[in-house]
Amino acid sequence: METVTGPAMKGALEYIGLDRISGPLVVISGVKGVGFGEAVEIVPSDGRSRQGRILSISEDVAVVEVFEGTSGLAQPTTRVRFLGRPFEITVTKEEVLGRIFDGLGRPLDGGPVPFRGERRNINGLPINPVARAYPQDFIQTGISAIDGMNTLVRGQKLPIFSGSGLPHNELAAQIVRQARLLTEDEGFAVIFGAMGVRHDEAETFRRSFEESGVLKNVAMFLNLADDPTVERLITPRIALTVAEYLAFEQGMHVLVILTDMTNYCEALREVATSKGEVPSRKGYPGYLYSDLASIYERAGHIIDRQGSITQIAILTMPDDDITHPIPDLTGYITEGQIVLDRSLAQRGIYPPINVLPSLSRLMSDGIGEERTRKDHGNLASQLYAAYARARQVQRLASIIGEEDLSATDKLYLTFAREFHKRFLQQGTDENRTITRTLELGWELVMLLPEQELTRLKPEEIDQYGTYPDTCNQK
Amino acid sequence: MESAIQQSLVTMISGPVVQARPAHRFSMNEMVEIGDERLVGEVISLDEDLATIQVYEDTTGLRPGADVYAKGLPLYVELGPGLMGEIFDGVQRPLKVLRGKWGDFIRRGKTGTALPRDRVWQFTPSVKPGVMVSPGEILGEVPESQLITHRILVPPGVQGILERILPKGDYTLDDVIAAIRSPSDKIHELKLFHRWPVRKIRPYRERLVPSEPLITGQRVIDTFFPLARGGTAAIPGGFGTGKTVAQHQLSKWADADIIVYIGCGERGNEMTGVLVDLPKLLDPRTRRPLIERTILIANTSDMPVAAREASIYTGITIAEYYRDMGYDVALMADSTSRWAEALREISGRLEEMPAEEGFPAYLASRLAAFYERAGQVVSLAGKKGSVTLIGAVSPPGGDFSEPVTMHTKRFVQCFWALDKELASARYFPAINYLQSYSAYISMVEPWWTEKVGSTWKTLREKTINILHEDSRLQNIVKLLGEEALPDDQKRIVEGARLIKNDFLQQSAFDPVDTYAGPEKQFLLLDVILHFIDRLADVVKARIPLFRAMELPVVAEIHRLKFTRRGDDPAPFRSIKERIDKEINALLHRQDSL
Repeated sequence: METVTGPAMKGALEYIGLDRISGPLVVISGVKGVGFGEAVEIVPSDGRSRQGRILSISEDVAVVEVFEGTSGLAQPTTRVRFLGRPFEITVTKEEVLGRIFDGLGRPLDGGPVPFRGERRNINGLPINPVARAYPQDFIQTGISAIDGMNTLVRGQKLPIFSGSGLPHNELAAQIVRQARLLTEDEGFAVIFGAMGVRHDEAETFRRSFEESGVLKNVAMFLNLADDPTVERLITPRIALTVAEYLAFEQGMHVLVILTDMTNYCEALREVATSKGEVPSRKGYPGYLYSDLASIYERAGHIIDRQGSITQIAILTMPDDDITHPIPDLTGYITEGQIVLDRSLAQRGIYPPINVLPSLSRLMSDGIGEERTRKDHGNLASQLYAAYARARQVQRLASIIGEEDLSATDKLYLTFAREFHKRFLQQGTDENRTITRTLELGWELVMLLPEQELTRLKPEEIDQYGTYPDTCNQK
Repeated sequence: MESAIQQSLVTMISGPVVQARPAHRFSMNEMVEIGDERLVGEVISLDEDLATIQVYEDTTGLRPGADVYAKGLPLYVELGPGLMGEIFDGVQRPLKVLRGKWGDFIRRGKTGTALPRDRVWQFTPSVKPGVMVSPGEILGEVPESQLITHRILVPPGVQGILERILPKGDYTLDDVIAAIRSPSDKIHELKLFHRWPVRKIRPYRERLVPSEPLITGQRVIDTFFPLARGGTAAIPGGFGTGKTVAQHQLSKWADADIIVYIGCGERGNEMTGVLVDLPKLLDPRTRRPLIERTILIANTSDMPVAAREASIYTGITIAEYYRDMGYDVALMADSTSRWAEALREISGRLEEMPAEEGFPAYLASRLAAFYERAGQVVSLAGKKGSVTLIGAVSPPGGDFSEPVTMHTKRFVQCFWALDKELASARYFPAINYLQSYSAYISMVEPWWTEKVGSTWKTLREKTINILHEDSRLQNIVKLLGEEALPDDQKRIVEGARLIKNDFLQQSAFDPVDTYAGPEKQFLLLDVILHFIDRLADVVKARIPLFRAMELPVVAEIHRLKFTRRGDDPAPFRSIKERIDKEINALLHRQDSL
């Protein structure tokens, strides 16, 4: 396979022979003049070079992680080329959009290797907090549970916490198809980074992009399930490097989909274990938080620059456990989370979003007068309060039976049922406007007696709280 | 200050940890610069001939053999005018200046000074030459912001005869404004700023026992789990439970003179949010923008991890400096768990023997040393000042038995436990009133009863009893439903609901509700408890409770927190009268039936 690095770079150093091979790592001694974190090419006797990166370096010993794995490497004959620069990728608009690449950025579509743009370090640089612009542009996804209760904002990082077998891919694809961000005149792009996903999943996304006519604005970076594990550490960084270029240099609004972050974290654990590092929770390295942050924080808006990066990372919670280190640390970094729920899915509800643990931290700034509607915040809060109470009543009903509930509690049960049926449930191609979502919300809260509506102001109830037939606000 | 004779060279690089040889030129915690880019680092261990250095910047591309320059000083901060309203990274690099220099992304390498050298300050001396001056004494003043007068202090460790001092005038930080002749005849030249090592506590004369509350304007905190000036508090909570919003609320409304806010390993957008909000919000006491009393330290999660470790110390040293001027300072650290993780990461790179969950064994002692830097003190010059510490804790999986939460609990006096279930019902602040505690209640009680209301203590205890009784009853409600309770118990449940909805719950986003002064807190609670008391009469008269809950005055109670600021007690009094009127009417109607 060809390398993306083109001809050997100036300043490259070549060594022959490996001291030790352990899992995805190789150790080379007698190395001089090599820097920490720099890119490495490993060339076994068959001549097909592999990519790697220096994990640690001392006076004469370098530890290198090999992205394509070490299988087939022989100690004496393998040549190692130290490239004297960090891992880089060529970023351009024309040669990247509408294309499909592998997890290391090499073309999979038979097209040429991008070479005309500038080369950038895939690790990126932290955005100066002073330079960030606070995200507050509402993105309508057409999905009520998101728009109404967990609003997505341009420049936000909002992951989907899912479980194996749940329809997270369908949901992500629906967001890509419907998000208003994509129908505006301003330039937009979708960057899709796949880590360890199955062929058919990647294909589902591709087809969905094609059908909605956005494919020419999409760049896909695919590390599939049977591709080398360690390569997964690079894929999201390549995707984000391209996204940053498009957003901050080309002024495009970029939506980055990263799936599945659980596979990424497992690759990180594998490398850490091979190095013999001290593990923290569940064997994941102590720096998992910082490492994930170096991916998730690459989203946002910058003052005086046109574009933005909105990030939707998908992760499957091992054993549906939200306290597992991967969803847990992710939730601490991202600006909220959309949580999918197996019991809702089993009842045939799509999208099976459990709104209670879901959250959009930027919601309060993205909604309200002039953005969505002035009652949006209080209505969402009332829906949350009512649904939380309704779930308690459901638990109670399963103990004492529905018959013995108070009149108010019975109304809460109705509320829960209607909430599932009319608010949550929608078709994979049903694109609801925010006004429609809010109308539905009002229809639901009006099922409850007025003294239960403590989160809404009386004047809001007067203005919006009419019954379905007469509700034509905005 | 730096020497290059027999240069020390880098021998090993692993992420933020670098080793260099020979080691004898370095001292422990000394600041160093590495390589052509002069990356800043600190010596963290010395071992025979090998020095281990933690580097505050990205080390990509650094090679063995690079030069290491000893700076001859431990890691320090610059203390002087120009701190207020500014935002620094974890090692006090000024982020606004960095943006001007490098653009929107943070690069590495040499950056110049923390405080601007070209800015001119108006200095007014307050002492005359010839007098004896001692450490901590005030030499003069500089107006730093509209809110804060910066007092120029004799640095700790310096004393003697004031040989000369410049007259009132405009000076820069580089100007020598005074000279002191020490008893050993050494001349100390003083500028408007001085340096202080971040890991060293600034000395004071005497530590006082906290007695005044630090009012935060947050009802659940001030009334139930109060914080004292010079006290310590922790806010633990899983993700999404509102730690950061709570910290932001405290930084906005706490009635300290100065706020130091440390964003330690948290989101970039959160710091941006603070930067956007603070210039717009007005201090309720002074009506000036809050940014004029705030100093921000931002080391976001994507910035170098070693600088995250240092950020806590940078922040607290700045806080102590203003304390020494006689100010009440409140410091928020969000989040101390990320700081502990930075310790763990560096410890792991050093291949130290881990204790619990991979954290180093010295985690507890480091946490203790940090919280010990809080306190109300008499400064060296006899001024009363304080540093109040509020640390957010982010326990993995929301599990409070993990090491950082557990150890923090040992060293703080206030514990505001955030609750996932409350948060998912969007009940904020999601402070669980059964798990939280404050050790300052008895200390601040005299203040409340003297300054706010003589019945404060009984009011508070009554409320707490209702809440506890309610939580006991909720176990029954969960099994049998509310209908199964007799009316006197239903009264408790309804009463607790009023307390929870109309008092404890407080919206950070509502312009009125976001801040409740002590008077409002007292008046509001008084109204609610009056209603609950009167409900007892309703129960006694065997009138179904829901009839009382449907009275129009109940809606008025709901509305109070959003409409009244509490500066005028009249509306609260009139609601109490309406409660009596409507309940009496209800009782009367029943009698006449």
